[in-house]
Amino acid sequence: MDFNYSDDRRMLSDSLRRYLTDQYPIEQRNSVAYTAPYHSPDHWQALADLGVLGALITEADGGFGGDGFDIAVIFEELGRALCPEPVLGNLMALRLLAAFSATDHVNAVVAGSTQAALALYEANSPDTLADVATSATNDGGSWTLNGGKTAVYGGPCANLVLVAAKTDSGLGLFIATPSSIESNAAIDGGGLADMTFDNSPAECLSENAEQEIEAAIDAGRLALCAEAVGAADVLLEMTVDYLKQRSQFGQPIASFQALQHRVVDMATEIEQARSMTILAASKFDDAERMRFLAMAKNLIGRVATHIGEEATQLHGGIGMTWEYGGAHYTKRLIMLDHQLGDRYNQVHRLLEAS
Amino acid sequence: MDLTFTPEEEAFRQDVRAFLKDSLPPEIEAKGARAQELSKADVEQWHALLNERGWLAVTWPVEHGGTGWTAVQRHIFEEECALGNAPRIVPFGLNMLGPVVIKFGSDEQKSEILPRILDGSDWWCQGYSEPGAGSDLASLKTRAVRDGDEYVINGQKTWTTLGQHANRIFCLVRTSVDGKPQQGISFVLVDIDTPGIEMRPITLLEGSHEVNEVFFTDVRVPVANLVGEENQGWTIAKYLLTHERTNIAGVGFATRDLKKLKEITTTVRRNGKILCEDPIFAAQLIEVEADLEAMRITNLRMLQKANDGAAPGPEASMLKIKGTVIRQRISALYRMALGPHAAGVPTDGLEHDGLPIEAVTATSLYFNNRKLSIYGGSNEIQRNIISGDIFRG
Repeated sequence: MDFNYSDDRRMLSDSLRRYLTDQYPIEQRNSVAYTAPYHSPDHWQALADLGVLGALITEADGGFGGDGFDIAVIFEELGRALCPEPVLGNLMALRLLAAFSATDHVNAVVAGSTQAALALYEANSPDTLADVATSATNDGGSWTLNGGKTAVYGGPCANLVLVAAKTDSGLGLFIATPSSIESNAAIDGGGLADMTFDNSPAECLSENAEQEIEAAIDAGRLALCAEAVGAADVLLEMTVDYLKQRSQFGQPIASFQALQHRVVDMATEIEQARSMTILAASKFDDAERMRFLAMAKNLIGRVATHIGEEATQLHGGIGMTWEYGGAHYTKRLIMLDHQLGDRYNQVHRLLEAS
Repeated sequence: MDLTFTPEEEAFRQDVRAFLKDSLPPEIEAKGARAQELSKADVEQWHALLNERGWLAVTWPVEHGGTGWTAVQRHIFEEECALGNAPRIVPFGLNMLGPVVIKFGSDEQKSEILPRILDGSDWWCQGYSEPGAGSDLASLKTRAVRDGDEYVINGQKTWTTLGQHANRIFCLVRTSVDGKPQQGISFVLVDIDTPGIEMRPITLLEGSHEVNEVFFTDVRVPVANLVGEENQGWTIAKYLLTHERTNIAGVGFATRDLKKLKEITTTVRRNGKILCEDPIFAAQLIEVEADLEAMRITNLRMLQKANDGAAPGPEASMLKIKGTVIRQRISALYRMALGPHAAGVPTDGLEHDGLPIEAVTATSLYFNNRKLSIYGGSNEIQRNIISGDIFRG
């Protein structure tokens, strides 16, 4: 048994941590994350140059990683730095482009010159692909899309949009340009887009891509789990530091056992989340992938919420302020549960599969 | 055992309902329904309407222009206002300073201050917490040094709610460093436009501006602005905090928010069905509803005790803990009901993703509501009060 990352992965994680710590501090992160385009083109290119995108797919697909631990090691670092760059959307899109051998697009995303996003969910299908209403029509070999997509991660800055749409053969996957886009900041930073497709011309990657799309979403779920672990580690450190430094009633509040025990529970929950993420990463290329990813996303959704809420409470008023970096970690940890199916959605998936 | 209100209390509830229906301006009601920020003018307009009806000073005796209501009447009024999406009465002048002046103020202070609170001439804010004195309020350091007929004040206050609208502030200041910290505190009134005062906004994590920092540099205040005796401030502060605990459980707010939560579950689709048909989500909803129904009765039991003249005991702390946790749980479930659509921050405050308009502010409200278990004596401090009662008698 060996629970250490390989040397290659450790090198990547070290260089990524160094870059984000030195070049993307929280003040800069906050000025980028909440105003259009909700990311930094310079940092994006730097991440591509570091190999962050290439590490998300296999060598055969044009990258140099691509298994569960490659994804986890990167997203843990992104979580630690609260990085607002749209790596999640690009991860899912990249894996689909690779699955359907769209080699030119893959190479462009890996190089950082193309930014891709995956448009999945809709107002009436916020977590279930079976409810997707956006439809694709084939008229003499040319496809058009009609429908609307919501909450597309990294949508505001994407120049390559992959769209899940109904076809006669199932759930297809298309490349299309939306007829209109409405962009918003997410409350926890980063860009979200609502997209409309109105007889939009589309390129068909597959008429029935449901399995591949589910696999790409599971890659995204694994990424979110690892991101939560990274962010939770940092927020716990900040909380412990604050309790040691803050004095009331003539002593550091860290000396109160009632507060110490709550920190202990946070630390224990984070270790559980770390273990679950390792387990999910190990099952990523396995027949049991779906089951373990669903359990992981459920557990991490609960833990991340717990850590975010407890950190705020233990900080008192200061944890409620925009100026305090920890508050932004809290927002990210809380909102992470909402992405790619929340804890209850994962229970439904497990019930349906059993 | 009788869990019903008296016929007089029921009649009073109908009066309040009728008043809200006739008098609450629709645009203010709409903001309440969406949990949108109210402007200063909105609050002033609502206070003026209540004052006209004689219902503004709900904690004051009749002879000072108050309602003279019982605790049960106050509860009914607050519950109906919450359910009707009426703004909460801004408490600093009306429910905090007013009762203090009535109990501790001089006759001059009563006749100068109370009418100006009622007619809206003054907007008071609270100068209690300091960066180094939160839960441990008695350790406050803002100094007031006597110089002839004036105090010279230096220091800093923080978490001053709606200070940006205020023209006056009541402060706890240190007038003596001898003896126990509680013994050297005084309660003084200060005009915000006095030279040396600077108010700076604090932005909260979800982006709102409702609290402020207040800096005092050589601020000169007449000694006549002292309320009560010099160094009697701690007694006054404790008295004021018991009034801050009026409506501490927030049953009306929780009831209103639960109603909205139930409404949204009938409109959004999740996991392939309408959310209210999802037994997993329904289980969460039913649990919080059970908590709320139990708390409704706990609250009424405490109110009945207060009506019978008992001093508020540790029960008030229990209501604070349970009430805030229930409200936080409801706003968390509302956020959860929105799935991935909870995350978007629309800049125009308009409808979004085909969701009801209340949904737009739901996630901001969830984050803002994290303050409930921190302010007014954090839930940890409340637990200390209760454990003191249980273990030390």
